[in-house]
Amino acid sequence: MKALCWNGINELNVERVPDPSILNPGDAIVRVTMSSVCGSDLHLLDGYVPTMKEGDIIGHEFMGEVVEIGPGVKKLKKGDRVVVGSVLGCGGCEFCQTDQWSLCDNSNTNPEILEKAYGHAGAGIFGYSHAFGGYAGSHAEYIRVPYADHGSFKVPEGVKDEAAVFTSDAFPTGFMAADMCGIERGDTVVVWGAGGVGQMAMQSAYLLGAERVIAIDRFDDRLEKARVHAKAEVLNYEKVDVLEALKEMTGGRGPDRCIDAVGMEAHTTGVEQVYDRAKQAVRMQTGRPAVLRQAIMACRKGGTVSIVGVYGGLIDKFPMGAAMNKALTFKMGQMYAQKYIPQLLDRVAAGEVDPSYMLTHKWSLDQGPEGYKMFKKKTDNCMRVVFTP
Amino acid sequence: MDTYNSTFSEQFDTAHISPPITGSSQINVGNTERIISAVGGALLTYYGLRKPNTLGLAMAAVGGSLLFRGATGYCPVSGAIGLNTAENESIAIEITRSLTILKPRNELYQYWRQLENLPNFMQHLQDVRQMGPKHSHWIARMPKGIGTVEWDADIIQEEKNTLLAWRSLPGSDIDNAGEVRFMDAPANRGTVVQATISYRPPAGAVGGGVAKLLNPVFKQIVKEDLRRFKRLMETGEISTIEGQPSGRA
Repeated sequence: MKALCWNGINELNVERVPDPSILNPGDAIVRVTMSSVCGSDLHLLDGYVPTMKEGDIIGHEFMGEVVEIGPGVKKLKKGDRVVVGSVLGCGGCEFCQTDQWSLCDNSNTNPEILEKAYGHAGAGIFGYSHAFGGYAGSHAEYIRVPYADHGSFKVPEGVKDEAAVFTSDAFPTGFMAADMCGIERGDTVVVWGAGGVGQMAMQSAYLLGAERVIAIDRFDDRLEKARVHAKAEVLNYEKVDVLEALKEMTGGRGPDRCIDAVGMEAHTTGVEQVYDRAKQAVRMQTGRPAVLRQAIMACRKGGTVSIVGVYGGLIDKFPMGAAMNKALTFKMGQMYAQKYIPQLLDRVAAGEVDPSYMLTHKWSLDQGPEGYKMFKKKTDNCMRVVFTP
Repeated sequence: MDTYNSTFSEQFDTAHISPPITGSSQINVGNTERIISAVGGALLTYYGLRKPNTLGLAMAAVGGSLLFRGATGYCPVSGAIGLNTAENESIAIEITRSLTILKPRNELYQYWRQLENLPNFMQHLQDVRQMGPKHSHWIARMPKGIGTVEWDADIIQEEKNTLLAWRSLPGSDIDNAGEVRFMDAPANRGTVVQATISYRPPAGAVGGGVAKLLNPVFKQIVKEDLRRFKRLMETGEISTIEGQPSGRA
């Protein structure tokens, strides 16, 4: 089959690889019909997530048709049209049983790596380096889906592929970001990053009762989408002083809930960006935490900072004094796909949210390398490239 | 004791399961030492070459010399310093690891008590055959297809749903023993399984040095096997990516 392989930093190639097969009783094989790029893939491309190996198939946000099932699969059958969560959960460990699926004890095939780096290992993730299990990704014609009964969800009739595909990762991640905020009546929620996850976080914040949502980015086309589709007020951080603007917009209180939907490759302006970029270049820090710093400074006293942008290792100049003395609450994590996907599919089916506007480019898998190039440079108002293998 | 206690490991004395010093672990650079040297050498070389640092290189170098020693039966170090390994006291190595598994104690105990099940999660075991209520025959694979080692073992202690201990019989290829304890984790968090594996490398100073070097390798093996047990019990399968496609093929 054809697959998009990582062959080095910023080097992607479409290659012929063997078809996947059932390896464990709980596996299914899915014929991929749609597979989206994701901002977190850019960390892989840029080399900030180690343990990638030449030839790894990337991609983790996808949907398709079940074409084969292992003897242990009970709920799925051939021909089912499914969306699959990007993070793998075994369903049997303490964490899966308590709906904290991305903390799964059993799905990571190489837990030693993260145990050394983080103390404990989290779940496996499709197409996201060997530290996260080394699973072959979804930018391919077929994919092997382990623990298929737990991670695959039938798409309701009437929900089109263009909307369903984003319930694999972007929507549950954004929804979890808003859910972790613990939104209360009257709350203002600020979302840093108006990409796919950020857009979904904004809409989710309203679904969970936010009074106002403010979006921060530097790309006007993305801010415009946030304004039109997510009813967000928007700030371009290259044009305004974000901290001052947020204080002014909230009567001096500061926003109640702050969502970091950017992660470790944040951009900012001025000296701070130069400092972070230089330290990251020599690997003295692996993340550029500009968004996180700003969120902590902006957040109202006693507020919540919710982090779903991905961080890999160490960050520098973390304003701990501000966080402590303002009594902030921090919530974070890789998303719990299996917990959220069923209700999000229902919400899409009910017309509450239509994520399909994020699909700006539907391309064939052969255009994978160009697709990522465009997505990275954010040219042609690209929000999400989705491949149709 | 069947409830998990954090001070447990300090109180826990496994001296009683120590494998006996038998004829085979006392003879001079004979079969046992050659086998251990070869197994250990291969493991050290393998793990050493995977580590891109000085320790890794040192491990690989020691591993290589052990392989030579195992293959030829001649130890240049012993020769050079005039050591006869038979004249020195042998040292037992003991490794303890624990893990929490979200399954009831009796279920885990029953699976483990069927000794035939052990090769399902212990990677280096090829076969275990129950010969009688307490008596069993074990075959282990050596790494890199060097061959197999075999021994007979007896269950020496057994408390239903709580504890199981076994020990190899005199004359084994490798003198070894094991004990596994099953304790309730607090508040329905499953069962704490604590496994202790003990084996007696060949006698002598060199043997002791080998033991020190091998210890981390065996620690890793015990940890991985215990994790495989957890995965099998909690999900009915052990996660793998072996055999999946990539652009490396």
